[in-house]
Order: sequence, then structure tokens, then C-alpha cells
Amino acid sequence: MVTVGSAALTTSKPLWLLAELTYRCPLQCPYCSNPLEIAKYKDELDTEQWISVLRQARKMGAAQLGFSGGEPLLRQDLEVLIAEARRLGYYSNLITSGVGMDEARVAAFKEAGLDHIQISFQASDEELNNYLGGTDSFRHKYEMARVVKKHDYPMVLNIVIHRQNIDQIEDIIKMTIDLKADYVELASTQYYGWSKLNEAGLLPTREQLARAERVAHDYQDRMKGKMKIIYVVPDYYETRPKACMNGWGSIFLTIAPDGSALPCHAARQLPGFTFPNVKHMSVEDIWQTSDAFNRFRGDDWMKEPCRSCVDKGKDFGGCRCQAFMLTGDATNADPVCAKSAHHAALVAEVNRITAVSLETVKTQPLVFRNMRNSRELAP
Amino acid sequence: MSESAISLTNIPRISPMFRFQWEEAQACHVLLYPEGMVKLSGSAGEILQLVNGKSTVGEIIAALKEKFPGAPLDNDVLNFLEAAYGHGWLRSVDD
Repeated sequence: MVTVGSAALTTSKPLWLLAELTYRCPLQCPYCSNPLEIAKYKDELDTEQWISVLRQARKMGAAQLGFSGGEPLLRQDLEVLIAEARRLGYYSNLITSGVGMDEARVAAFKEAGLDHIQISFQASDEELNNYLGGTDSFRHKYEMARVVKKHDYPMVLNIVIHRQNIDQIEDIIKMTIDLKADYVELASTQYYGWSKLNEAGLLPTREQLARAERVAHDYQDRMKGKMKIIYVVPDYYETRPKACMNGWGSIFLTIAPDGSALPCHAARQLPGFTFPNVKHMSVEDIWQTSDAFNRFRGDDWMKEPCRSCVDKGKDFGGCRCQAFMLTGDATNADPVCAKSAHHAALVAEVNRITAVSLETVKTQPLVFRNMRNSRELAP
Repeated sequence: MSESAISLTNIPRISPMFRFQWEEAQACHVLLYPEGMVKLSGSAGEILQLVNGKSTVGEIIAALKEKFPGAPLDNDVLNFLEAAYGHGWLRSVDD
């Protein structure tokens, strides 16, 4: 175990608080960022406990607050939490599928002081959208996006991009223009948890990516000043790792539905960790003194090639979860990095997966994210 | 907003895409937007504090001159406001 001993307390602040209010969700997206073990965490924090978390984190300097899930609309106390967030001075973001929303609620959120709404779409055509989400949700999402703009919110539309919808990218962008989105996130699937299970059905080919990137860049230019398009490339095709979470325990604080505090929402899969819980520890103590939040701060934990790398202060060695998943050791360099001894194996695996034709991929079943599958996969 | 200098009779307001506030932990004024934050310099904060959707650019400059007597700030304020319009932080009330 690495300990921080008497090291000085961190001067970083949890600027970004992600409140995962529930793991319950009407959708079943096969690339969900929630952990496979969702069925195990049934005890959600209650309203008072969430309010306490909001107050503590705000006092420490948190400014951005994401209400997420699962589907946060399933929490009947969402209006109460939004009102408290506003009172405390947060900029609050509602990250939703749109399912469970209606105009009265959109208006009530505005009244309570919600700043921004982000709606996810799975695709630009109804059939694929509803297949990927495992729910007939497309028309309702479309309608809700209109209602969000009618009530004068800044609106972000988020579409997770992968092998089965990437060729529709132009139609997806056209849909977001039609809906008058202010920001569009075309987020390539990141392979953790559910999406790692479904990697063979989701990882796009290099050719698909090159084409999609051209289309995205073209629309970025065309929409300049009107709509901001953020295109997140899949890091499996990179040769330098992403600066994951802007560094471990640096600005992000995720509180899971059961009160567990995580340096990133995927961190739960890392072995050898006991993640602190807001039911038993103050947010300040969690951030400052817990082993979990200090484990990968700074660079003392790094091994070669990270330790002597000129970029270690820039990318922090990449993603700890990815390092663990692909090499078995979370202190290794992220294998996305070409300097990693495991990089060649990753490239070979990507080539093996993407050599399968799209027609064949479409015949393979995806594992959908739901409680039944969770209980089977993580008993 | 055109490229030309801002008129003194223009009335700016903070764009509904942004929220302007004092942020104690940062010890500065900030603009908050979906999943992001712009930290503002002291002078930028002083200027934006006076943007209320009612005061003209001329009135904002006059108020600043009263607060900081003797400071030659006309051009600095106009340049900042022009940049703020360019970033989409401000909108004209008649837009």
C-alpha cells in the first residue's frame, strides 16, 4: 500500500462534483459508464445526505455540479436538490436520457434554478436509437429537446459514437442542428465496464474514424459561433494517453448512489481499493486524507516509462483504469501510449477486433445494461 | 456583433449561455457555462459587474471612472467588451 504519510495536504480543489443520484435507469445502453455491479448498490443516499454532500463540496470550492445516474429524473427529490444547488451557488447540469421528463418538470427545474440540461441520443434514426437504448425513447427525446430550448436553457446533446452509429455521423449532426443544440458532444465510446464487454460490437475501424473525423471537422467550421461541436476521439487509436480526469484527485469528485466517493466514475473496478463513503467520512477528509484519493496524486507512484517521461506532468501517465484492465497493474503506463511495453498488444487486439466485418458484428448480440445482466455478471 | 468598435449607446447583457458570479474559492469573478468555467481578471470582473442589461457602454465607462478616478480606461473597456462579445459572453439587449 502506498501511503501519503505526513505529506502536505493537497492544494487542489474538487471543482467538479458529479452526483450520481441513482443507478436505476429506463435505458439499457450497452456502453453505459456505470459499473457492472450496479445491482449490488441498492441503498441510495437520501435527500438530507445529498444536501450535506452538496454543502460540504461547495465549501471546498466545487463550482460545477452534475446531476447524473443512472437516470437522475427517477429521483423524486431532484427539484429539492436543484434548489439547494442554486442556493449554494453551483452551476448545475442535469445529465439525462430525457425519459421521465415532461414540460411541467422542465419548467419546475428552471424555477428551482437549474442552469443547463444535457440530453443523450443513441442515434439519429428511431430504430437504431431504440435498439441501442433498449427502450422506445427516440420520439420523446426529440420532443424534450425542443421543450428544453423553449424554456431557454443552454442545451448540450450527447451522442456516444461507436461502430454501429459512426457512419451516421452527418445525420446525427444534422439532427442536433435541427434541435438547436448549443453544444454537441460526439463522444467516442471509452472501453470500461459494460462497453468493455461489448467492445467487439462497438470499436470502430480506422477507416470509419477517419471519415467521421472529416465530417465532424467540416461541421465544426460551418457551425462556428452558432453551435460548438466537441469531437472526442477514441483513445485506443492514439499514441499518447489522455490526461484522464485531469489527474487523479485533481478536480473531479464522483459520489456514487450509495455514497461511495470515487476519483472517477470508473474507478470502482480497481482492485486493492477501499473507497471512502460520505456516510462515514466528511468530504474534506475524503479529498484530503483518504488513501483512495491520494494513491495516484503527484508522480511518486509512477514506474517507467512514465517516471522519466517529459510528458508526465501533461498526461499523468494516462488512465489508471485502462492501465489495470489492459496490463493487470494500475501503476503501469496506460497502454495507449506508444512508449508502453503493452502498446503493441493493444494495437494487435484492436486490429483483430476490427478485422471482423460490420455485417458480422451486427449479427452478434450486445450485452445490455440492466439489473438482470448485472446480477448474472457480478453476482 | 460586427467587427467595428462598440457604440457607447450599446446596452450589453450577460448571455443566457453563461452565469457570472463571484467565486470565493477562486478569489475572482467567473463565468460558468455547461461543464466549464472562465476565471476573470480583476478588471474584467469590475466591468462585467456593471453589465446589467440596462446600462449603456457609456454609462459603464462613466461608473468605472468614478470608481477609479484618473485611470485612462476608455479603450481598455471597449477592447474588453468587444472581446467579451466575441467569446459569446455578452449579448446586446436588442439582439
